[in-house]
Amino acid sequence: MIEVKNINKSFGDNHVLHDINAKFEKGKVNLIIGQSGQGKSVLTKCIVGLHQPDTGSVSYDGVDFTHLDRLEKKEIRKQIGMLFQGSALFDSMTVEENIMFPLTMFTKMTKKEKLDRVNFCLERVNLTGTNTLFPAECSGGMQKRIAIARAISMNPKYLFCDEPNSGLDPKTAIVIDNLIREITYEYDITTVVITHDMNSVIEIGDTILFIHNGRNWWMGDRKEIITTDNKEISEFVYASDFMQEIRASMQDKRK
Amino acid sequence: MFSNIGKFMHMLWVVFSKPEKAGVFRKRLFEEIQLIGINSIPIVALMSTFMGGVIALQTASNMDSPFLPEYTIGYITRSSTILEFSPTIISLILAGKVGSNVASEIGTMKTTEQIDALEIMGVNSLSHLILPKILGAVLFFPVLIIFSMGLSLVGGWLSLMLAGLSSTETYVIGLRSFFEFSNIVYALTKTVVFAFLIVSISSYYGYYTKGGALDVGKSATKAVVSASVAILVANFFLTQMILL
Repeated sequence: MIEVKNINKSFGDNHVLHDINAKFEKGKVNLIIGQSGQGKSVLTKCIVGLHQPDTGSVSYDGVDFTHLDRLEKKEIRKQIGMLFQGSALFDSMTVEENIMFPLTMFTKMTKKEKLDRVNFCLERVNLTGTNTLFPAECSGGMQKRIAIARAISMNPKYLFCDEPNSGLDPKTAIVIDNLIREITYEYDITTVVITHDMNSVIEIGDTILFIHNGRNWWMGDRKEIITTDNKEISEFVYASDFMQEIRASMQDKRK
Repeated sequence: MFSNIGKFMHMLWVVFSKPEKAGVFRKRLFEEIQLIGINSIPIVALMSTFMGGVIALQTASNMDSPFLPEYTIGYITRSSTILEFSPTIISLILAGKVGSNVASEIGTMKTTEQIDALEIMGVNSLSHLILPKILGAVLFFPVLIIFSMGLSLVGGWLSLMLAGLSSTETYVIGLRSFFEFSNIVYALTKTVVFAFLIVSISSYYGYYTKGGALDVGKSATKAVVSASVAILVANFFLTQMILL
């Protein structure tokens, strides 16, 4: 479990995060949602240690990560897998080398063991046989799946996904969502997904944290988010005409 | 400016930490020697040959006094090449080629979150990316400069032969006249310092790039300009310290 306590973060005069408190549970897909520019990515970067929060703490299974030194943080980071918005694959390396990279850096596995692990991860994301391709030769959806394969190569305890569906067609987005959910349940890991894709919210959101103006505005699950009367959430969830039609039909049924 | 210097010094402090894995570091070092050093051989060869040719021709064209012996052409070509043209001018050219390459490579990795990906994995991204580049340049630039010196002298000889301004024997006598080995040491010392400045300054601008593709371009430009200025300033102080 990951616990966030009283996180505040400012950049100069811009106070981005205000007293954020949250718990992200193990074996569940925990979503952080909100409009663009509300502080979702900054919060995630504070959680994984890419930003140092001004106040507050982040603990991984009870270990206070925020106040660890560089070497101690490194040990926790080895247990973190992350899928970045733009995949962040190393473009000078092949798919195989990308997935093998953390194994080479942090394990004493033999070449064959590493290769077996790479092939297992590629099989898990349905990309068997793509070992020799370079990221530039892969589609956006493939790149996301390769990034997931790299993220799970070290058997992480925590998986972070920053807008995993951005730039993908709806069908591929569903494939990525399903993959994230399956991996979370299969390996019993703590998964945190940042998204503003409503389909993902409905499909995979076991717990949902809604960030608004840098504050944790609302917490709940995917059933509660549909029915809540909270004005800001309603504006977010029912922003599209399609979702408004769904709400209208739901209200008609209730009558 | 002072905050930049502080940030730069902090960067170097982190860069010069023990590599995560010796095998990975060795592989990265050879890759960087290939990218930064060996790939620069063609441009260094071209520039050096023509530079030597021009130095020899200009010296020959100014040899009006009958009191100046003809071997002065070879002597001046050698001295200019070893003392200044090869170490400084070639380093300035390399600041353009290598500096922009390093800054844009690291800058692109920064803006596409590849550096964040390294950090999340627990890799010291500064050391992993920059240390092999600095060491590769510091080790291979002296080789490039010695190669440049040789080609420059050959270029001088070729131009004199083609223009019929001197004989091979006289040119070689000039090259061997009043030779001081300490000048080679001075040139190579400068080269090592310049190599360090080019790669570390370019890496700094690349690593702290913020924004997108446009900002990567700006970082590359700043890297080349700053590295060039640093070379000229360092050249002045090193000359004062070593030669005088």
